[in-house]
Amino acid sequence: MALERKKVYIALLIAVAVVFLVPLASQSPDGLERVAIDKGFSDQAKEAGSQAPLAGYMFPGLDNSAFGQIAAGLIGVLVIVALFGVWERITRACRLQGQGKGGPQERKF
Amino acid sequence: MHIPDGLLNIPTQVGTSAVTVGALYYSLRRTGQSLQDRQIPLLGVTAAFVFAAQLINFPVFGGTSGHLIGGTLSAVILGPWAAVITMSTVIVIQALLFQDGGITALGANLLNMAVITPLIGYYLHRAGAAVSGRKWWRTAALFVASMVSVMASAAAASVELALSGTIPLKVVLLPMLGWHVLIGAGEGIITTIILGYLLQVRSDLVQGGVK
Repeated sequence: MALERKKVYIALLIAVAVVFLVPLASQSPDGLERVAIDKGFSDQAKEAGSQAPLAGYMFPGLDNSAFGQIAAGLIGVLVIVALFGVWERITRACRLQGQGKGGPQERKF
Repeated sequence: MHIPDGLLNIPTQVGTSAVTVGALYYSLRRTGQSLQDRQIPLLGVTAAFVFAAQLINFPVFGGTSGHLIGGTLSAVILGPWAAVITMSTVIVIQALLFQDGGITALGANLLNMAVITPLIGYYLHRAGAAVSGRKWWRTAALFVASMVSVMASAAAASVELALSGTIPLKVVLLPMLGWHVLIGAGEGIITTIILGYLLQVRSDLVQGGVK
């Protein structure tokens, strides 16, 4: 199930394109929020003591603008891509090291 | 369906976190045995897509919205254990960076959305696809599996809220399931469209797809 580099970039472009739809997303409460409102336990929900950097999927300073939402979403995509990128590098480095010692996983790119 | 801080008591936070840690440990071991580094980009783009798709709330009915969870979608593409990892990444990033879902509720949110949805969705879809290989049947199985995975997640959230003494189960369960039938139908539609397309163009990428 390996994916060629070019296809990876195409798939990422699709994810980025989806982020640009966020200004069109519904602002209504979701299923859990709806039940919490209807059944009267929504006011028990607490805000965390400290604000997350992009709380509410909004880039700070770009209040409630479509641009702020898109910027926050893009950062999220970027962070996830970076995490998996690091994981890939580490796994590859481990494998190559294993190969050097005559490890079992021989693979050519 | 991200549970915020303040709705779960400490025993529920600890209990759900313990189950989640166990599930994550097992998932990492399982994927560690079979995963090659060349496959990690596929995990990354799946996680990135699921994160993006979760931003897009669609209206369901009566001023309520829902969004794709993506557990079944991820599990059918990546296999159930790799999907637990990608879904967990998404849920953790949402809590830490975007304050979507409480930090104290992170264990529960991971259990509901990153563990339950991929496992239920994957195995239901596989069971359905084993019955018949017809295309319409497989599509229906995928739709039902996606929908039920969302409902199972909603049921789990209801149980956690009830165990915490926030709201009695008999009050919360039916409305939660009711709303998530509708949201789950949305999940089913999105999942079947995306996987239908992916199976057509790149069936080799789809691990859990019964060919």
